[in-house]
Amino acid sequence: MNLVLAKNISKSYCAGDVEVQAIKNVDFAIEPASFVSFVGPSGSGKSTLLNMIGCLDHPSSGTLEVVGTNIKDLDRKSAARFRGENIGFIFQDFNLIPVLTVEENIEYPLLMVQDWTAAKRQQRIKELLEQVDISAQAKKYPHQLSGGQKQRVAVARALATHAKLILADEPTANLDHDTAYRIIDLMKKMRDDYQSTFIFSTHDPKIMDAAEIIYTLEDGTLSKQSGSGNHE
Amino acid sequence: MNKILKIAARNLLRYQRRTLLTTLLITIGVTAMLLFISTSGSFKAMMVGQITDSMLGHFQIHQKGYVSSIDSLPLTMNMKPHMVDKVETMLSERKDIEAWSPRVKLGAMFSNFAETTNIRLNGVDPEKEVEACPELPKRIIAGNKEKLFERGTILIPELIAKGLKVNPGDSVVLVATNKDGSVNGINFVVQGVLEGISGPGGRDGYMHIDDARELLRMENDEISEIAVRLKDPASLNQVIKEFDSNMAQLKNQQGKAVLEVHGWDKLSPFANIANMIDMMTLFIKIMLVSIVLISVMNVMIMAVYERIREIGTISAMGTQPGTILKLFITEGLLLGIFGALIGSLISVAIVFFLQQAEFSFSFGRQSGLVLYPELAIKDIFIASIMVIVVAVLASLQPAWKASRMDPITALRHV
Ligand SMILES: Nc1ncnc2c1ncn2[C@@H]1O[C@H](COP(=O)(O)OP(=O)(O)O)[C@@H](O)[C@H]1O
Ligand SMILES: [Mg+2]
Repeated sequence: MNLVLAKNISKSYCAGDVEVQAIKNVDFAIEPASFVSFVGPSGSGKSTLLNMIGCLDHPSSGTLEVVGTNIKDLDRKSAARFRGENIGFIFQDFNLIPVLTVEENIEYPLLMVQDWTAAKRQQRIKELLEQVDISAQAKKYPHQLSGGQKQRVAVARALATHAKLILADEPTANLDHDTAYRIIDLMKKMRDDYQSTFIFSTHDPKIMDAAEIIYTLEDGTLSKQSGSGNHE
Repeated sequence: MNKILKIAARNLLRYQRRTLLTTLLITIGVTAMLLFISTSGSFKAMMVGQITDSMLGHFQIHQKGYVSSIDSLPLTMNMKPHMVDKVETMLSERKDIEAWSPRVKLGAMFSNFAETTNIRLNGVDPEKEVEACPELPKRIIAGNKEKLFERGTILIPELIAKGLKVNPGDSVVLVATNKDGSVNGINFVVQGVLEGISGPGGRDGYMHIDDARELLRMENDEISEIAVRLKDPASLNQVIKEFDSNMAQLKNQQGKAVLEVHGWDKLSPFANIANMIDMMTLFIKIMLVSIVLISVMNVMIMAVYERIREIGTISAMGTQPGTILKLFITEGLLLGIFGALIGSLISVAIVFFLQQAEFSFSFGRQSGLVLYPELAIKDIFIASIMVIVVAVLASLQPAWKASRMDPITALRHV
C-alpha cells in the first residue's frame, strides 16, 4: 500500500487574470517508512506540492490520496482532524509557539490536537526529548534556543503523535551546513526508530543526497531518481 | 479548558504593557461607574427617604383637582367625611400599608404681635402623623424633640422662626379665613421649630388637626389629604395602580370619580433629579461598555494580526477552528475578568474610605448632609458581568477571523 499516491495532479493559481500552473500533471507514489526529498529551484512548485500532500490545499485536478484518504473529500474541519491524526509538520522557520516551553511545545499536539492523558504525555515528552537530545533545554522558551535546537524541538513535536507522515518544507534553509546535516540525520534516525515517512523539500543539492528517493521538480514537472541516502 | 486558559494567559503576559494598559482602562471605567452608582445612589436614597419619611409619605390621596391647585390650599376641595371613611376602610384592608395620616391643610396669617407673615400649615393627629412620617420629629431643630405637639401648640418652619425671631415657648396668633369667607383668630404657643427641606411642603408648619378645624370653624370632619406609608417602598407603583382602580368606584352624583392618588414622585420635583441621576447612570454605563468594547477589540485585533503565523502553525498541526476561536475569546475574557475584578476592589476600597471620611455636602437650603455611599453586591455583580460579557463580545470578531484563516496564507505571512 502506498502512503501517498498522486495521479495526474495539477495545481494552478490565478494571479490577477493570468493563470499560473505551479504543478503540471504529476504522478508519484510514496511507500511507508521512506525518506523522500523534493528538490528544485525556488518557484519550482515544492511548497505547492507539499501543501497538497499535507492536506492544506487541494489539487486543481487529478486525485491525491494520503494515508488512504482522497483529500478532496475533506472539508475544513475534517482536514484539520486528519492532519492532527496523520501528519506532522516541520517548518523552515521552526514555528515553535513562543509562549510555550520546549516540553510544552512538544506537548501541544498531544494536548490541544489529540487528547492524551497526562501520564502518557509526560512519558512521550521524556522519550522524545532524549531522542532529539534536547532534555537539558526542556524548561527553556524558544527564544532561548539556537536555530538547530529549535528545529530539533520541531522534529520532536512533529513526531509526538506518532504521525505516519512528516512533512518538512525546506527544514534546513535557515540553518548552517553542519547543523542542516545534523537535522537531516536526526530525521533519518527518527524514520528508522519510528517508521514514519519523512518528505522534505530543499533547493540545496548537497542536502538532497541524504534522501533515499529524490524527486526533482522543474517548472511544475517531476522526475524521480534514487538517492544515495547519505551525504558526504 | 485549563490548557486554553494557560496559553491565553501566557499570551496576555507576553505583551505586558499592552495588557496592563487595557486592564487599567477597564479598571478605570468600572471604578468610575461603581463610584458614581454608589455616591449618586446614596444621595438619591437619602433625598427620597427624607422626602417620603418626613414629609410626603409614599403616596397621597386627595379630592380630584386638589393637587393641581395645591399652591392655594383650597378649602373648597377637601374630601367629604363619608369619602374619608371609605378610603380609610380600603386602607385598613390592605396588608402592604404601614400607616396613614389624614391632614387638613390651610394657609393662615402668623403674627408675633409685632410682625405678620403668611404660613402654610398641616393640621394632623400627631400620633398618626408620626406613624406615617416617622422621620418628622428629627426635623425639629429647636424645642422638645420627644413629642411633636399637643393641642394649642404648633410647630413652625425655620424660616418664619428666624424671620420673626420667634422661639419655642413664645405666644403667637394664627388668623385664617374659612370656606365661607369669615375670619377667625386663635392664640397658640410655639412648641418647636422645624428644619426646612427641599420641595413643596418642606417649609410648612404643623398643628393639631382639631385646632385646625376649630380655627377654620369646620362643621364636619373634612380632610385635605391622606398621606400613606407603605411597608415596602418598592411596591409603590403596584399599590398605586391597584388603589387607583379601587378608588375609581367612589363616584359622585354625576358618576365621576372623586378621588385621586399620587405617588411621592408626582408630588415632589426631586423626582426629576432622581430621574436625571438614573439617566446619568445609564450614560455612564454606555461609556463603560464603549471603553471595554473599543479597548478589548483593539487589543484583540492587534493580537490576531501579530500572531498570524502562529495561527497558521497551530492550524496546520490540526488544531480545530473552534479551539483557535476559544483561545482568542479566552484572552478577551481574561482581560474583562481582571479589569472587573481590580475595578471592583478599588471601588470597594474607595467607598470604604468615603464612608470613614463622612464627607458632607449641601443641597438647596440644606447643608451638612453626610454622604454615605454604599456599594451593593448587586451593582458590583452587574458591572462585572457587563464588562466581562462586553469583553467577550469584543473579542468575538477578531477570534472568528483567526479561526477562519487559511493555514497556507497564514504561514506565508511575514
Ligand atoms: N498563492 C499563490 N498565488 C499565486 N501563485 C502562487 C501561489 N503560491 C505559489 N504560487 C506560484 O506557484 C509557483 C510555485 O511556487 P512554490 O510552490 O512556492 O515554489 P517553491 O516552494 O518551490 O519555491 C511559483 O511560480 C509561485 O509564484
Ligand atoms: Mg517554498
